[in-house]
Amino acid sequence: MRSLIGMSFVCAFVLMVVPISYQWRWCRPEFVALLIIYWTLYAPQNFGLVAAWGVGLCQDLLELVPLGFNGLGILVIAYIVYMVHQRIRNYMIWHQSLWVFVLVGVYLLFSNWLGSFVGRTVDRPVFLLSAVLSALCWPFLVVLMSRLAVRFRLVQ
Amino acid sequence: MGRYTHWLDPVRSKLDMLTIPFYWVTNVPNRVSDWVNTHWVSRDQLQQENRLLRNKIRVQESRLQKMAALTAENLRLRQLMNSSEIVQDRVLIAEMVGVSPDPLVHKVIVNKGSRDGVYVGQPLLDAYGLMGQVVSVSDFTSQVLLITDNTHAIPVQVTRNNVRTVAEGIGDLYRLQLRYVSSTVDIKEGDILVSSGLGGRFPIGYPVAQVETISYDPGEPFAEVIARPAAQLDRSRHVLLVFSESPPPARIEGR
Repeated sequence: MRSLIGMSFVCAFVLMVVPISYQWRWCRPEFVALLIIYWTLYAPQNFGLVAAWGVGLCQDLLELVPLGFNGLGILVIAYIVYMVHQRIRNYMIWHQSLWVFVLVGVYLLFSNWLGSFVGRTVDRPVFLLSAVLSALCWPFLVVLMSRLAVRFRLVQ
Repeated sequence: MGRYTHWLDPVRSKLDMLTIPFYWVTNVPNRVSDWVNTHWVSRDQLQQENRLLRNKIRVQESRLQKMAALTAENLRLRQLMNSSEIVQDRVLIAEMVGVSPDPLVHKVIVNKGSRDGVYVGQPLLDAYGLMGQVVSVSDFTSQVLLITDNTHAIPVQVTRNNVRTVAEGIGDLYRLQLRYVSSTVDIKEGDILVSSGLGGRFPIGYPVAQVETISYDPGEPFAEVIARPAAQLDRSRHVLLVFSESPPPARIEGR
């Protein structure tokens, strides 16, 4: 289980740094935040807040920003998901997608708020585009992960 | 943390080395296409390329001949004026291996680090102009802050009349803003801006940007001047690190 979690984050990190053209810069789904939500939702016994924070710090290293920039937002959404995971787990997938939109939006709000401290401001809420795309990716992520869980016999 | 103290800088530069594999992996398609382009080429294509390059060299050499005469003349004039000589800058060729995925952070990673003598504050150029400065160095790679980042500003002057001003990044890869240009300053659309060397960070005379639009608003104290960076910030992969002759500054403020 742990190794699957680790491998999934390595894949997410690679997807996060795949170069995309400048016009499409806002259209990258937040793969790391998605996986944080997924693992806190479905494997809270294996993936806690400290691990989530550590992943957030790794993402800071990867995005060349000061440490804690994404870590804070990641920690906040991991905490929210942890508090309500028993409820969200029973929702339909499209309903979960709505939750994912809100959660990723909160995460992006946090990192943009911190960015505004150093003058990196966005004048339009264009950054929420990636939250929309993340919500659209959520069903695919759930299906892919449940396939993997069956394949590696990890279903509880 | 990294914004307020510099105690963690050595730790951070070691930690940054952990991220290199990810950028290395995402750079693989680039290198594969490079390899394909250099190995699977027809003879005709090679010959044609060779011819083009040879013509280019001829043109450049003829320009260089004039350049030598001009340099000599410049030197003589400078001696007449008792001012110091301009020394030729030494450069190191590097390749860009990664771009920060955060759309608001205009930083890139180049494949030369402290092992190659790269230092914090070193200017980075491409074939067309100034790109940015090194802000953090690890053993084999270094991070470069581009001139278009929100946290970056560079002193420039207009080549036409030596008006000095400051070009500031506004988080847009194709635009820079000139700060504190009063409405009476002689500046026109199409003016070339070069680095002025004030501040001691960038060497004098490298092209930075070209003035694109100027708008005067009577209600505002300063004119709004937008310039387009000369360097191809989103395209250049082969870049140059300049070693200026003055000793490297000990530390850099901000990140």
